[in-house]
Amino acid sequence: MTTDTETLVTTQVYRVYIKATPEAIWDAITDPAWNRRFGYPGTMEYDLRPGGSFRAIAPPEMQAMTMPEKLADGEVVEADPPRRLVQTWRFLFDPDLVAEGFRRLTWEIEEDDGGISSLTVTHDLENAPKTAAQVASVAHIYQGGGGWALVLSDLKSLLETGSPMGSDQG
Amino acid sequence: MTDDDRVFKALADPTRRFLLDRLFERDGRTLTELESGPEMTRFGVMKHLRVLEEASLVVTRRSGREKLHFLNPVPIRLIHDRWIDKYRERQVSALAELKNELEEEMA
Repeated sequence: MTTDTETLVTTQVYRVYIKATPEAIWDAITDPAWNRRFGYPGTMEYDLRPGGSFRAIAPPEMQAMTMPEKLADGEVVEADPPRRLVQTWRFLFDPDLVAEGFRRLTWEIEEDDGGISSLTVTHDLENAPKTAAQVASVAHIYQGGGGWALVLSDLKSLLETGSPMGSDQG
Repeated sequence: MTDDDRVFKALADPTRRFLLDRLFERDGRTLTELESGPEMTRFGVMKHLRVLEEASLVVTRRSGREKLHFLNPVPIRLIHDRWIDKYRERQVSALAELKNELEEEMA
């Protein structure tokens, strides 16, 4: 388990290539009308200016299942559309996660060749092992993991096909 | 080569899987740390890391003077979503069809 702990206390980096413009990717991340359609259930709400608030809101059906209304909160550090969004992030649905506090999360979008853009998510998780486990799902790494890997795969699917993974299942 | 081809090619080599396992144990390593394994030359490790980077299984970030290597699980997730989920779905639908056929025969 020592090695697991070591894995968990570092920065995590995730990258996905998406056939979409940087603007489309920026909107998908920051606009609740888009971001409720991929990844975990809920919406992300941003006040896109330095010091502006960030919160992730659970959908009503999750709130009915004892989840808090706010799943995560934080603050916008830097918003440079459509290239770079720096924010802090803290999970709120478990006291241990709340206790680990805010960590820096950076979204970087770069235009590649042929209408492809890359999205890189860098999550600074030093001394936040429980938060790190949440966003990594390391136990299932060779199945791709959940966490950010699931969110980014789903975002790619939504932007390229118009529907997220598994949307036909319910 | 498609993105999937690059990922499958990258994963088809035991040394490259070993490098991914080392990053899984501890992420964000330098080239020097990665080449310290058994029978690894600097050139060999660099060559394998390039293939892993081209497949986007490894993403590098600069930290001061150092270049750190991170394991990026997203391409594996994409293959999981695109292939494994698909076949699981087919298994399920095959069983559903079997059920329908058997029940029709009995009717």
